[in-house]
Amino acid sequence: MSESFDPARWRPAPFLPQDDARDPALLFVVAVLCFLACLAALGALAGDRAAHGWSGQLLGEATVIVRPRGGETPDAAAARAAEALAAVPGVSEARALEREKAYDLIRPWLGDVSDLEDLPVPRLVSVSLDAKAPATAAQLDKALKGQGLDAVVDDHTRWIKDIRRAADVVRATAAVVFLLVAAAAGAVVAFATRAGLAARRDVVEVLHLTGAEDGQIAGLFELRFARIAAVAGGIGALGAAGLGALLRLIGGGQGVTPALPVAWLDLLVVLPCPLLAALVAAVAARLTARRLIKGL
Amino acid sequence: MRYGRGPEVLSDISLSLPRGSFHFVTGSSGAGKSSLLKLIYLAARPSSGGVRLFGQDVTSMPASDLPHIRRRIGVVFQDLLLLDHLSAFDNTALPLRIAGHKASEYRNDVAELLAWVGLGGRMQALPPTLAGGEKQRLAIARAVVNRPEILLADEPTGNVDHDMSMRIYRLFVELNRLGTTVIIATHDQDLVARSGRPVLHLDKGRLKPVAPKAPAA
Ligand SMILES: Nc1ncnc2c1ncn2[C@@H]1O[C@H](COP(=O)(O)OP(=O)(O)OP(=O)(O)O)[C@@H](O)[C@H]1O
Ligand SMILES: [Mg+2]
Repeated sequence: MSESFDPARWRPAPFLPQDDARDPALLFVVAVLCFLACLAALGALAGDRAAHGWSGQLLGEATVIVRPRGGETPDAAAARAAEALAAVPGVSEARALEREKAYDLIRPWLGDVSDLEDLPVPRLVSVSLDAKAPATAAQLDKALKGQGLDAVVDDHTRWIKDIRRAADVVRATAAVVFLLVAAAAGAVVAFATRAGLAARRDVVEVLHLTGAEDGQIAGLFELRFARIAAVAGGIGALGAAGLGALLRLIGGGQGVTPALPVAWLDLLVVLPCPLLAALVAAVAARLTARRLIKGL
Repeated sequence: MRYGRGPEVLSDISLSLPRGSFHFVTGSSGAGKSSLLKLIYLAARPSSGGVRLFGQDVTSMPASDLPHIRRRIGVVFQDLLLLDHLSAFDNTALPLRIAGHKASEYRNDVAELLAWVGLGGRMQALPPTLAGGEKQRLAIARAVVNRPEILLADEPTGNVDHDMSMRIYRLFVELNRLGTTVIIATHDQDLVARSGRPVLHLDKGRLKPVAPKAPAA
């Protein structure tokens, strides 16, 4: 067999066989993990935004329950309360709700009581607070007391606390999911490195005996798995971003529901995914390969 | 030395080979020839005792220093250990790449060496497509390409005809003349006798003197 081989045109071939580097199973698993990690990140962002939206709405308003006292009619008491509240600095509007609104609120508990004219149903005054410098519950309370009104101020603090706690839980859950997924990706790559090293024992042995440093050999596997992970990270990120975009399109400006408002900018959160995946894979491959090579 | 928890395969070996010497290691199959070479090319550690190479105690040396010692040693492994996915050229260039040389510095030397061992027309061939003797010559080319200070060859002429065997022997002699310490494990009594070189004879893991030439102990 003759050949026209020109050494001057020779380029060193990769030490590891190239077809190993297209391991579809590993690519698939890492891509799925990256997809899940990106969804967790998107979910955290959307949850955060939803919590902000709700607590913002709640912070901007307060509700005052007015109980008529003495001979005063409920409507008169509510009107007086609204007037007093409107005068408090930090209140942009105070409005007594009509009787029907009050009935609507108690109907679930008492049934239809609208024909019981003389039932002392408390009236509600809805207060809109100045967004920049909202009046505190204590200020509202003082104003009401000053008018001799029997009233309870609810500034929604309790709800806001609940929402904040829920938002914290969402964030923490997303962080835990994210870390778990990253750890799982690392474990998968460590596993694949072990398999790769076992499958390429011949290469590892020859390189080792020919005087390659452990780091040189580990570097081959590190590079390979970092590459696979980067590609897989890209696929997973694209998938998650695609799903996010779909949610956003279906849900219109609000996202799917106000509960999960995805913003276009949120989709950028998937950008670091390929890099992070490559980093995790590189570290996992390096540690595993080094430990195994040391045992040679 | 021993393998794992197995029996001792080499015992009471005490020898010192001067720089630039040329020795054969003989002995029946299983006598421990390959094991002795493994101790020298740092693929195995003695279970007791020590090995000194280039005036350094390599047994107590930190593992991170060993690669640089290994780069000064060329080995023709008994089972060759060619990489099947790399061309003959890439296999041969491997030690040079590991040592960090640039392709432009060595590619002509590699081509020349391959031509010299009779593989000039098969430089792009993959080892599985080579004949047994061709593989052996390829393994030899890889072992000597980096001009090692010590050359260890484990049955380097097992698969080649008499002429090629003499040619390989002359290559080793040439390297030895240029200063390389050569140790060849072989069953080829004919080659040993013709060469008139000193012999280290192993018998069941022990060094036995051979007449007429005593091993350089
Ligand atoms: N990797 C190994 N694990 C366990 N035992 C081994 C191993 N390699 C060799 N041995 C044992 O060590 C002893 C010496 O083997 P060695 O390979 O050194 O012999 P040898 O002289 O090279 O034989 P041959 O001429 O057949 O190559 C033998 O008993 C063999 O079974
Ligand atoms: Mg042997």
